[in-house]
Amino acid sequence: MMLRISKYSIFFFALIIILFPRIASNISAIEHYPDIMIFAGIYCLITIGLSLLMGYAGQISLGHGAFYGIGAYISAILTTRFGWNPWSCMVIGAVITSIVAFVVGAPSLKLKGHYLAMATLAFGVIVFIIFNEEIEWTGGPDGMTGISGLTLFGFPLNTVERYYYFVWGIVLAVFIFTVNIIQSGSGRALRAIHSSEAAAMAMGVDVSRYKIMVFTYSAALASVAGSLYAHYLNFVNPSSFDIFFSIKLLIMIALGGMHYIWGAIIGAVIITFLNYEWLHYFEELEILVYGAILLIVTIFLPQGLAGIPAIVKHWFRRTLSDGSR
Amino acid sequence: MEADKGILKISELVMAFGGLMALYKPDFVIRQGTITAVIGPNGAGKTTLFNVITGFLTPNEGTIHFRDQSIINLKPHEIAGLGISRTFQTVEIFENMTVLENVMLGFHTKLRSSFISSGFQLPLTRRKEKEIKSKAMDILKFIGLSGKWNEPADSLPLGEQKVLEIGRALASDPALICLDEPAAGLNETESHLASSLIMAIKEKGVTVVLVEHDMKVVMDISDEVLVLNYGQKIAYGTPEEIKNDPKVIEAYLGDDGAYA
Ligand SMILES: Nc1ncnc2c1ncn2[C@@H]1O[C@H](COP(=O)(O)OP(=O)(O)O)[C@@H](O)[C@H]1O
Ligand SMILES: [Mg+2]
Repeated sequence: MMLRISKYSIFFFALIIILFPRIASNISAIEHYPDIMIFAGIYCLITIGLSLLMGYAGQISLGHGAFYGIGAYISAILTTRFGWNPWSCMVIGAVITSIVAFVVGAPSLKLKGHYLAMATLAFGVIVFIIFNEEIEWTGGPDGMTGISGLTLFGFPLNTVERYYYFVWGIVLAVFIFTVNIIQSGSGRALRAIHSSEAAAMAMGVDVSRYKIMVFTYSAALASVAGSLYAHYLNFVNPSSFDIFFSIKLLIMIALGGMHYIWGAIIGAVIITFLNYEWLHYFEELEILVYGAILLIVTIFLPQGLAGIPAIVKHWFRRTLSDGSR
Repeated sequence: MEADKGILKISELVMAFGGLMALYKPDFVIRQGTITAVIGPNGAGKTTLFNVITGFLTPNEGTIHFRDQSIINLKPHEIAGLGISRTFQTVEIFENMTVLENVMLGFHTKLRSSFISSGFQLPLTRRKEKEIKSKAMDILKFIGLSGKWNEPADSLPLGEQKVLEIGRALASDPALICLDEPAAGLNETESHLASSLIMAIKEKGVTVVLVEHDMKVVMDISDEVLVLNYGQKIAYGTPEEIKNDPKVIEAYLGDDGAYA
């Protein structure tokens, strides 16, 4: 059940994005938060696509960390080895990743069931091994440095504030684009698939084509996120793209709520802050905290945080109608 | 005469599930513009026949021609695109959508939408969407559900859900519509409404094939009756002919009259 997204809520969202660095810079305890928000924004790009895949096509991918990594490494290799323009690296990364995603995903998405999870798991492991072992190209476990930064209209995106606005501008654009998809004929077809594949097929929806489209779209977004990451840090190494990262993405979506596009953003932001800021004391035990979050959300809040308003509304209605009896 | 033209021709169809012959070589021609009722005891293969026609099952043997085109190896969505629509024995409405959206989805075959055109909300896409919305409202008026257009589909009572499913099937502007037990589970009034709706669909020139329990309804509305038993055609003819066919009487009496 996806709720209609109003223009006002998007406007409000944009306003928060714009004001956040201003507010943060005035409070010393959270002065560095815009930097963390850059990573949160990068993850949002992945989770927006991934939540379409999970929430609509009902499919799980364990390979999005790998698509993210492919984007990052294509940017890294093409800029450092061949001196290419970062923007073209980003586009080429997205195109190549889409093709790879199509090849990896199409066979399993044509089948019924959860074969995609297995195919992408295997794919993620293989890509991680390649990042580690192809030392000549990827620098192996040490990674690659010296990746060039981005310049927009002759304006280098070399400060936290600039990159923050740049990344979140892209998140906003992708968010609106995705909401448009959901609220149109394509989105209706996706919701139909989610509700009854048989009825969707009987009404002429090419179910596997839509699943493949969503999967490819989400992989392309992950690749763009990877490029943004590489051009921001000017450094990549394999550890950012392991299977655990793919699982963290799923936790982001579970926490935020996979049936709500807002959930992708809420989940990504919260988990990013836990990751970079709030979970430091736990050190090795960090993974237990993620496990606990996943467990608690699945049991007590299957609709995720974005589902809370609906629960509250439902609860309110019930109490009101009980009261009037 | 136009009405005498066969729109769907089926011959020598075999559908086996392991050793079970759910369909064994029925052959018949559905004439354009008619209502054909498919009857037979439970497990006779009626739903299986629909699943084979609409591409949900691929038969082991036999041929199906829709307007002289073989449709046997086509996928369900391709068959829908050719103009065969259907409903399901157990209602399959989209419960995560409103009543209107359910019908709008029915227009999918007429919609060329891609992520790119939807994402950028190109003018053509918006125009199409508006057009579909108003056509869907027309269909809701036709099936008598326009007052509930904005309600969640799963909030409707079963009878209206079944009618909504028919409306959604009509949205694709089919030449042939297969209704699997449209009146099952309905009370007398609802069942009466369903019959008149089916008659109205025929009036629009759509060929109807339906599975129906209620013999009175079958006799009232159908032009032809196909009787299946154990996957085989045991009779095919007008309601009058069927009523007096000894084979049919035997099949039903032999089954303690538990027919559907
Ligand atoms: N997918 C299937 N797999 C195995 N057996 C099936 C399947 N679908 C139907 N059958 C069997 O085929 C026979 C015909 O079923 P069906 O077409 O549903 O009958 P009807 O609709 O006439 O009541 C039944 O014996 C049923 O159990
Ligand atoms: Mg049946």
